[in-house]
Amino acid sequence: MIQPGLYHLLFISAALFFIGVYGFFTRRNLITMLMSIELILNSVNLNFIAFNKYLWPEKMDGLFFTVFIIAIAAAEAAVAIAIIINLYRSHHSIDVENAEDLKY
Amino acid sequence: MPNAATIALIPLLPGAGFVLLGLFGKKYFGKSSGIIGTALLLVSTAVALYTAYEYFSADTAGRYTNAIAIKYTWLKFSENLSIDMGLYLDPISMMMIVVVTFVSLMVHIYSLGYMKGEERFATYFAHLGLFTFSMLGLVLSSNIFQIYIFWELVGVSSFLLIGYYYDKPSAVAASKKAFIVTRFADLGFLIGILVLSYSSGTLDFNTMIATLTSPESSQLKTAVSSTFLGVSAVTWGGLLVFMGGAGKSAMFPLHIWLPDAMEGPTPVSALIHAATMVVAGVYLVARLFPIFAITTPVVLEAVGWIGAVSAIIAAIIACTQTDIKRVLAYSTMSQIGFMMFSLGVSRYGGEAGLGYTASMFHLFTHAMFKALLFLGAGAVIHYIHSNEIKDMGGLRKYMPITHITFLIACLAIAGFPFLSGFFSKEEILLAAYHNNPAIYWIALFTSGLTAFYMFRLYFSIFWNKTYEKHALHHEPAYVRASAGKEGPFVMMLPLIVLAIGAAGAGYIPFGKYVSSDGAPLKPHFDINFSILPVALGLIGIATAWVLYKKQNSLPEKMAASFGSLYRTAYRKFYIDEIYLFITRKVLFNLVGRPAAWFDRNVVDGLVNFSGNITQLISEKIKKWQSGKVQQYAIYFLVAVVVIAAVFIYMIN
Repeated sequence: MIQPGLYHLLFISAALFFIGVYGFFTRRNLITMLMSIELILNSVNLNFIAFNKYLWPEKMDGLFFTVFIIAIAAAEAAVAIAIIINLYRSHHSIDVENAEDLKY
Repeated sequence: MPNAATIALIPLLPGAGFVLLGLFGKKYFGKSSGIIGTALLLVSTAVALYTAYEYFSADTAGRYTNAIAIKYTWLKFSENLSIDMGLYLDPISMMMIVVVTFVSLMVHIYSLGYMKGEERFATYFAHLGLFTFSMLGLVLSSNIFQIYIFWELVGVSSFLLIGYYYDKPSAVAASKKAFIVTRFADLGFLIGILVLSYSSGTLDFNTMIATLTSPESSQLKTAVSSTFLGVSAVTWGGLLVFMGGAGKSAMFPLHIWLPDAMEGPTPVSALIHAATMVVAGVYLVARLFPIFAITTPVVLEAVGWIGAVSAIIAAIIACTQTDIKRVLAYSTMSQIGFMMFSLGVSRYGGEAGLGYTASMFHLFTHAMFKALLFLGAGAVIHYIHSNEIKDMGGLRKYMPITHITFLIACLAIAGFPFLSGFFSKEEILLAAYHNNPAIYWIALFTSGLTAFYMFRLYFSIFWNKTYEKHALHHEPAYVRASAGKEGPFVMMLPLIVLAIGAAGAGYIPFGKYVSSDGAPLKPHFDINFSILPVALGLIGIATAWVLYKKQNSLPEKMAASFGSLYRTAYRKFYIDEIYLFITRKVLFNLVGRPAAWFDRNVVDGLVNFSGNITQLISEKIKKWQSGKVQQYAIYFLVAVVVIAAVFIYMIN
């Protein structure tokens, strides 16, 4: 059994990132889009952890950044869900194609 | 001398009256605002008389000196160049504060009766206060820029008062005309100030005069040697400053605003357009007289000729006008012409400076009798509600006080012996006789004409046909209540006081107090010299007697025999028409229209072009702002990829 190295983790991180991007572009449901964003954020977290562990194991910067990002992602999710609920109240839908009023 | 703070009260009290009445007059004071304004000015007049008395009675070893009572540096540009607010005390400023406060006080008292019942009573007195404040500030200026500031303030208050009846289109037009013409002249004044202050390196009167008159000063040498169009800089400065003075003093050819300014209330005409403001130009030339006389005699020559030409042209026009206030307006212009050419024929210092003394003397006496003439005319207009000579006649029985005082004023202005105008006019003629005979003969003829047109007015108003009272049913109630009476006491009192002034002002030994270099001048009185002018004056009066004492057809016959000359004079030598031609036809077509075209097509065109382009482009690209969140995300991603590619492959 091979020990997972830096490249494995980066591969998983990149895969997660593009799955997130794909989801963000193709889904029409706002909740699903929000979930895709969480995937992107987590891929970034994974990157930080991986670099921290394999390149500068004596430092903690990557860990701290990850903790920060998790906290902010929680706050962001709360705000985003509040927006989505309000959108539902006014439009009776959370389909992104029905929320196109903010334009020229 | 009273202390400086007391002297500062002289201009500041009317100024305070303006603020008080202007802000609160209509709401809180109403009818009492006239009393408030008059009371403030009464105090100011008392202080002014006391100050002048102390100044002239001080022991000065025969020579009056200049003193600066207060000097507050307002804007400092460099060590020597600063704009100060100061009080400048010298013989002519002392004389002027007496004239201004005294005439203004008379006009205030008179207005209590004349303007009674007017809707904007408080505003009127507020404006009078503003005018008095500005005029006193002007005469007490210690700095040429300070004089310019007050000069413009005087112009503004004149504008406000001419346009007092702002619902009358002619009054509005007259106020605009007065403002624009004097503003145009003031442009010259401003450039003149800049040239003179640049040449001398200072704005202060004393330093400027000292620098520009001493032949050793290096500034003067530079100013004389630097020329523009073949004329030295300092001459240009003097000419341009005189242009400002000529505009304010209604000298030919900038006089066209003065007759129209008679649209204002009559007491205003007496105060501003006869006795005080219009002599500001004379005062300015007198203030800078050493520069004119010593450094730029050419300009002084021009002052003399412009004064003489104005005097005779105005006198000829005055003979033909039928509106009594216009006759008086042209007479004012003519008399100011006398003052101007008297300065013009004067030299600096000693006996040759007689013209300077005479000019200031005439300014003083003229203020008395011209204010009296206007106030008398105001009483007549108040009585019969018309400005036209044809509506008047035979008023002597109905208006005895006005009649007597008007007669005194007419005799004074005609130079009848032993009234004030006689003494000052004789001095002017004597000064002209010695220095410039051509101007002397013009002046002599003009003084004969003066006697004629003043007595034409006098006989037409008070003698001629018998006066018929017309029905007053259409007039307002307060007019009917005062009908048949000569006027209230407050209107008669100033007439009597001014009549005493007009009769007696000539006995002041003026040369002792005011002269070009401060040293006293002996009074000049030569009975042989006076014979000719007095005889001409009497001939003028006699001619008017024959033509206008009784109603007859002689005046029309005379007018017809003069034919085109009469018509030209009646139409004021077509000067207004020439101005209209120059502005409408030449300036509007050759300058105004091309400039308007340039503005509309080039300036506006550039602005519109950039606006249109912006609109066009934004119309094309507005679709990018679609409102689709995922589309934005794609832009974002593509941009990130592009930037990343640039960083990875191109920067390295």
